[in-house]
Formats: sequence, C-alpha cells, structure tokens
Amino acid sequence: MTATVDLTHAPADEEFRAEARAWLAAHVPRTPLPSLETAEGFAAHRAWEAELAADRWSVVSWPEEYGGRAAGLFRWLVFEEEYWAAGAPGRVGQNGISLLAPTLLDHGTEEQRARVLPPMASGEVVWAQAWSEPEAGSDLASLTSRAVRTDGGWLLSGQKTWSSRAAFADRAFGLFRSDPGAPRPHQGLTYLMFDLRVPGVTVRPIGRLDGKPAFAELFLDEVFVPDEDVIGEPGQGWRIAMSTAGNERGLTLRSPGRFLASAARLLELWQAQGRPEHARARVADALAGARAYQLFTYAAAARFLDGASLGPESSMNKLFWSEYDLALHETALDLLGGEGEWADTAWAQGYVFSLAGPIYAGTNEIQRDIVAERLLGLPKGRR
Amino acid sequence: MRFLLDAEQRAFADSLHAMLTAADTPTVVRDWSRGDHASGRALWRRIAAAGVFGLAVPEEYEGLGQHPVELAVAFVELGRHAVPGPLVETVAAAVLLGEDRPAKRFLPQLAAGETLATVAAPTGYALDGDAATLHLAPTGEGLLLSPGPGPVRPCLDPARRLTPLAPGGELLTPGPPHADAVTWARLATAAQALGVGLALLDRTVAYVGQRTQFGVPIGSFQTVKHRLADAKIALEFARPLLFGAAISLHPADVAAAKLTACEAAYATARTALQLHGAIGYTAEYDLSLWLTKARALRTAWGTPGECRDAVLEGAG
Repeated sequence: MTATVDLTHAPADEEFRAEARAWLAAHVPRTPLPSLETAEGFAAHRAWEAELAADRWSVVSWPEEYGGRAAGLFRWLVFEEEYWAAGAPGRVGQNGISLLAPTLLDHGTEEQRARVLPPMASGEVVWAQAWSEPEAGSDLASLTSRAVRTDGGWLLSGQKTWSSRAAFADRAFGLFRSDPGAPRPHQGLTYLMFDLRVPGVTVRPIGRLDGKPAFAELFLDEVFVPDEDVIGEPGQGWRIAMSTAGNERGLTLRSPGRFLASAARLLELWQAQGRPEHARARVADALAGARAYQLFTYAAAARFLDGASLGPESSMNKLFWSEYDLALHETALDLLGGEGEWADTAWAQGYVFSLAGPIYAGTNEIQRDIVAERLLGLPKGRR
Repeated sequence: MRFLLDAEQRAFADSLHAMLTAADTPTVVRDWSRGDHASGRALWRRIAAAGVFGLAVPEEYEGLGQHPVELAVAFVELGRHAVPGPLVETVAAAVLLGEDRPAKRFLPQLAAGETLATVAAPTGYALDGDAATLHLAPTGEGLLLSPGPGPVRPCLDPARRLTPLAPGGELLTPGPPHADAVTWARLATAAQALGVGLALLDRTVAYVGQRTQFGVPIGSFQTVKHRLADAKIALEFARPLLFGAAISLHPADVAAAKLTACEAAYATARTALQLHGAIGYTAEYDLSLWLTKARALRTAWGTPGECRDAVLEGAG
C-alpha cells in the first residue's frame, strides 16, 4: 500500500511561487494604501491593479490572451498564498475578476471576452455587482427590476441595492426580469452588463457600519443596454448567474492564502502582546483553522480537476471562511485591548469587512439550508 | 500535489466498513462494557487480519511497514463502528517498542492481533488493562513491562475500561520513551474521533428524517437543519487536517488534527443528543455508544489545551 496522496507542489509551481514572491517583494507598497472604500483609496487601488497587470500578475488564472498566465488551480492557490503573505493590497477588481470573468469565460461570446476582460484585468474598468433589490435578498429570484426589449437592445428600470464597489466603479452586472409572464420566478431573467455613469443611472452610495461607502443603491430609469451586453441567452440569466454564485462561494472568492496570512499576523500580535493566556485557545484555533481551510481547498481542487462539480460543497466553504474570518478579527481586537475600538487600524478595518462575510454571497442561513438539504439529504421545509 | 485518497485507500476503507457492519459492533461493545471480551477479541483478530495493526509495525517485525495515512483511514472506520478495545494504545505500543530486541519480541504478535497492548497514560491508568495481554508503562527510567492491571475504574464511556498498572516490572528500554508514540497515538485518536463524529451525524440525519412531530419530519425544521449543517462542516474541515497530519507526522499538525477532530466529534455528539431528545439520553439506545466515546476521546492522548499548546509551539 503506497500512499499516493501527496501534499507537495510540483517543481514548476514552486518556481512560479518564487517568481511571484520576488515580484511582490519588489512591488508591494511599503505603506498600506488608503481605504478602498474612499475615492482616494479606490484610485490608489486601481493604480495597483494596473501595476499588477503590467507584469501579468492581476489575473494569473486567465488565458494569456486576456492578460493572464493560464495558471492552473494549484498555481493560482500558490499565487494567492504569496500575495497575501506579502501583505499586498486588497483587490478592487475582485467582483469582476472572480464573478463576472468566470461567467464570461463560460457563457460569454468571443467578442465580449475580448472587449471586457483586458480592461478588467488592468483595473481600467472596475465592476460592481447588481443582484439584490430592496424586496429581493435571500429570495433573489423574486427580483422585479425590468429589462424591456427595444431596438438593438434593452431598457433597464428598477432599483438595485447593496451593490458592492458601485460608489466608485465604472460598470455593473446583474439580473433583470425580461419576461414578466414567465410561469416561475427563476424563469424570464436575463443577465446583463451596464454602465454606471450614463444618463438614467443614479448611484446613491450607502455607508456601511463604519460610514464608508462600500456599497450603493442603483436607481435605473430606462437605461439603454445594447444586445452585445447580454450574457448568454435572454431568459437564461438565473442558470448563468448560479454558475457564478457557485464560483463565488467556491474556490475563487476567498483563497486560503488570505487566512494563512491573517492567522500568521494574529500569532505575531499575540506574541507581541506577551502571549496573554485569555487568547491562547483562540489563536491556536485560528492557526488550525487556516490550515484546515487550506487543506480542504487542496482536496476540493483535486476533486474539481478530477471532473467533480463542487456544487453544494461550496456552501460549506463559504460558511467556514466567513465565520473563521470574523472570529479571527474578534480575537485580534480583544488582543488590542483598549486600542481595539480604534477605527483606523488594519485590524479594525478587517473586522468591519469580516462582519459582512456571513451576509453577502448568500447568507449563512441560506448556505446552511443548502448543506442540510443537498449534502445531508434532509427534507425541504419552510425557510 | 494530489491531496485525495487513492482508489486503493478508499477500497480499504470500504472493506473495513463492510466487515465491521457485518460484525454487529453494538453487541460487541455491550459485551466488552460488561467485561466479556470474547466477541471483542474475535473482532480484534479480524481487524488484525485486515492489516490494521500491521500499518504501525515495520516489515522486519512482520508488519506492513509504517503507513500513517492508511492507519488513519482504518481508524476512521474503527471509530465509525465504535469498535472497543485498546486500539490506539496498541498503535502507541508498536511505536514505543521501537526497534531491536523488544520489537523482535513483541511486534510480530502485535501485528498479528494475538497481542492486545495497552499503555499507561500520565494519570497512571491504562485503557482496557483487564483485556490487554501486554501492559506498558512509560516512566522516567524507561519503558517498563508492567506485571499487570489493577481493578477496573468505570469511565464515562462504559466501553473504555480503565485500570491502573501494577508498579515495577521488567525494564524493556532505558531512557525516555519514544516521543513519536504520542504523535502516532494522537493521529489514531483523531481518526477514531472523526469516525465517531461521522457515525453520530449519519445516525442523527437518519433519525430526524423519520421522526415526525407537528405532522412533519423534524428534519424539515430549519433549526434542526442548521445544527446538522454545522456538524457536517466541522467534521468535513477536520478530515483534511487528519490526512495532512498523517502525511507530515509533524507534532503540531497532528495536534491540530487531534484538537479539531475531537472538538468536531464532541460538538456533533451534543447535537446528536439534543436532536434525538430523551431517547438519546438512554444507555439502551445505541447512540449512547458513540456519544460517550466522543467525550472520552477528547481528553485521551492530549487534552484540547495540550494540543493547542503543541499547535502554538509548532508555529513558533
């Protein structure tokens, strides 16, 4: 019985790691950029995306023709480990890169990919998401914003909300009801891309818990969208979007590298504070949790490369990282003692961000329903 | 990089699962809890014949060579079926006996399932000393072959029969005992705990699917679903730590796996008890065989606190 289960990266992937590490060491800003949720910080993060893209580090997993390096899943995981360990800035392009791009690669046209992906990779166009509406949150399929057919395209009307990045972003993507007469709510939805800075669109930034405009409401009044900005077939938007949601919850939204780096910083903080006994257990749990998430992801990636669909398994992923991230930041603030309430520390900023994790990308309650019904086979019931 | 069990390893798990299912382990556990070891010894020989103990024994002593990944695979199944006996202790004994003369003298019988070995814990008590045929006591002066067990002390898990070991005895190896033995024992305990947790989850999912209240299966209630979803997640994130630790055998990795698997199994036990309600709180109902073991394994071969210390130590 020879153990073929193997945790060693391929030599070529380790060379890639060394190359990424060297580039990051030479380029990561020495002082942290201003908050991504401010106009100044948004611009600085956009410039960082351009710097990454100039040496083809912004979208390593994409095909080379769109600015990537055609890195496989493990190489992408390696890149993420190096990226976050280097203390590199948050990714302002993440919505587009990890949600819209996979959808375009799977369902878009060649023309759309060639037009949309390169400026996304360089940060020239930053994307916001437009899913939720005031009356359609967890029950997203009940959304009522409309797409009405017109010459050469569609007219979008209605209201979207909790639109991440929309306060400063250039364009957005989301679902609109194109066939109000469809028999079921999941039918008759169309996936569209649209400009945020055109007549008919009103963007009203919303202050998150700390007041920073991390998201926005969008009011749309007969906004014209040409046919070339419809993704997939009209009416098929739900199916296409769910493949995006699977990506979001699955491997690509929160890579293990982020949490390995956070856990290492938490350990440093605990040591710097004199290893207080009250936090010993939580720091140890953070270290074990980051490793568990990394190894879980390696196993999931291996299954994925074997042809398995991640499907409902990605709900476990989302539940784990969102609760892990919040617990880790709570521990850090406790370790900071009286300084834990200061808003201008990296830990406090991370804490505010982590509070949203259990809510966005499908609330953790919805994810638990998915785990219970689709992985454990429990009967459906009232929500 | 391929962090997945291969087909042979999965087949090994499946064959153990089938063998243990057919063996009616709940009856064996209840016999064992009464001090009647006949059915347990018969099962022990079949587990040995499947090669399980040989996975901790070098080939030169008639084992299969040391294969921690396969050992972890096997112990998940042993835990899933609540198999009684000094399973982990026999693995620890195999490592403690190490090389040379003691190894030559004891390991072949141990790999063959003719020997049930136990090892005194720091409490002075050894698991199932009344059933074991080889009693080892790691002490400051070296590894002692104890003359035998004292009276059984009841354990929260009735299938775990703790006995003190008589002092003195033959000095098998001088010097401090093999630290690797604790690493292997923790790894096996982590695997056993994961199996216990998986069994508790399976049984509870089945129960809430057929137990009806207010006219519907209680498993359709969101509160019930969410508790089980949390148990599933805790167990599924312990699994990769277990196999990662089996590959590295680094003490910090093994401690993290032991900590996480035991916490997940215990949390699952609490959920299983709560969702079964009063029937789960009875000794008669078989769920109790796993409920009580989840509690006992949490502190066996390293408390959560000791494992956390090892995790922190390994991180620098």
